[in-house]
Amino acid sequence: MRVAVFSGKGGTGKTMVSVNLAAVSRSAVYVDCDVEEPNGHLYFKPDGVVRETVTVLVPRADPERCDGCLECVRFCRFHALSYSLDRLMVFDDVCHSCGGCSVVCPREAISEHERGIGTVDTGRSGDVVVHTGTMDIGEAIGLPIIGRLLEKASAEDDDVFIDCPPGSSCMAMESIKDADFCILVSEPTVFGAHNLGMVAELARVFGKPVGAVLNKVIEGEEDPSERFCIENGIPILARIPFDLELGRLCSETTIASWADTGYERMFRDLLERITEAVG
Amino acid sequence: MSARGGQEDNMKIVVPIENETEDSNINPSLGRAPYYLLYDTETEAAEIIANTSKDSPSGAGVAAAQLMIDAGAEVLLTPRCGDRAYAALKGAGIKIMLLPSGTAKSGIAAYLEGGLSELDTVVKGHHGAH
Repeated sequence: MRVAVFSGKGGTGKTMVSVNLAAVSRSAVYVDCDVEEPNGHLYFKPDGVVRETVTVLVPRADPERCDGCLECVRFCRFHALSYSLDRLMVFDDVCHSCGGCSVVCPREAISEHERGIGTVDTGRSGDVVVHTGTMDIGEAIGLPIIGRLLEKASAEDDDVFIDCPPGSSCMAMESIKDADFCILVSEPTVFGAHNLGMVAELARVFGKPVGAVLNKVIEGEEDPSERFCIENGIPILARIPFDLELGRLCSETTIASWADTGYERMFRDLLERITEAVG
Repeated sequence: MSARGGQEDNMKIVVPIENETEDSNINPSLGRAPYYLLYDTETEAAEIIANTSKDSPSGAGVAAAQLMIDAGAEVLLTPRCGDRAYAALKGAGIKIMLLPSGTAKSGIAAYLEGGLSELDTVVKGHHGAH
């Protein structure tokens, strides 16, 4: 099964949940799609890491052939092209690599060239295969890196746990689109509950079954995220207490379920509930 | 506007503006301004151009630059300019002058009297794939 772990708000515990779920599986694949700030590898500390560069295609014009008709400039809805003084200028960081400019060019003046935008690192930590996507500094578009990560993960038979980027942007959509199940991680704040609502809506639009993990739960205190789940019929799969020891282990980049049998049981229970829900 | 501040040639000056009027205030955003005022120093006529890319999800600055290039502008008066628009405008040999506030008309008069300086800082583009 392929389980996407996501949340609207950052810092709710996506990485803690996805890392520990992969850690308590017999053998699993952990995929860090939070390409702007991947941190799951800090927990797994994978060995034998192999790096590959992710590239996209960007256009270049042959000035001998280009006659300045502006067809490509008018076509590009992202405005990645401008033309002046007999020269086509390409703004690589805005280009979405659709290739349309080379198709509409009546003089076949545009060719496409590879440009590196980030990396995918693959290594192993015990029985867990760890894929980490990282965007190069200054890049704006991480989608091709997420696409490559999920392509690599789909080549393997083991259960896949996808650590998604926060929010409900297209990077989050790309990360959940092939998942069998979505776990929504939330915290007991109004902000957390609001953004939980955003990602619950996103999962609904994608037709994904969902379950919630309420994190940082304080016994006896009002939890706006719990109320949201109850009012919207979202099953609550686990309640993780607001726990100093768990916080300490995470801050030391220790995998809690490998360090402590109590946490191991907690995440095994969660994994069991997810497996039942996926069916 | 006869004083030229040392500028001998006739030229077209473009300014991002708020409203579809010749005495409009300038607009603080080059790419998202709803209109541009194009002033021809030879005929002393002002033309208002609508910005068709003001709501573009990305690259509005580049589109604005292309619009100015196509309109034949030689000088731009603006309070700020993104890095991509700056590259496109400079690539077309357009002069970019800093006009912090006020109306487009007063800005053009100030430029022709030699009272404006060149824009020397650019704003990093805030493109998102969202």
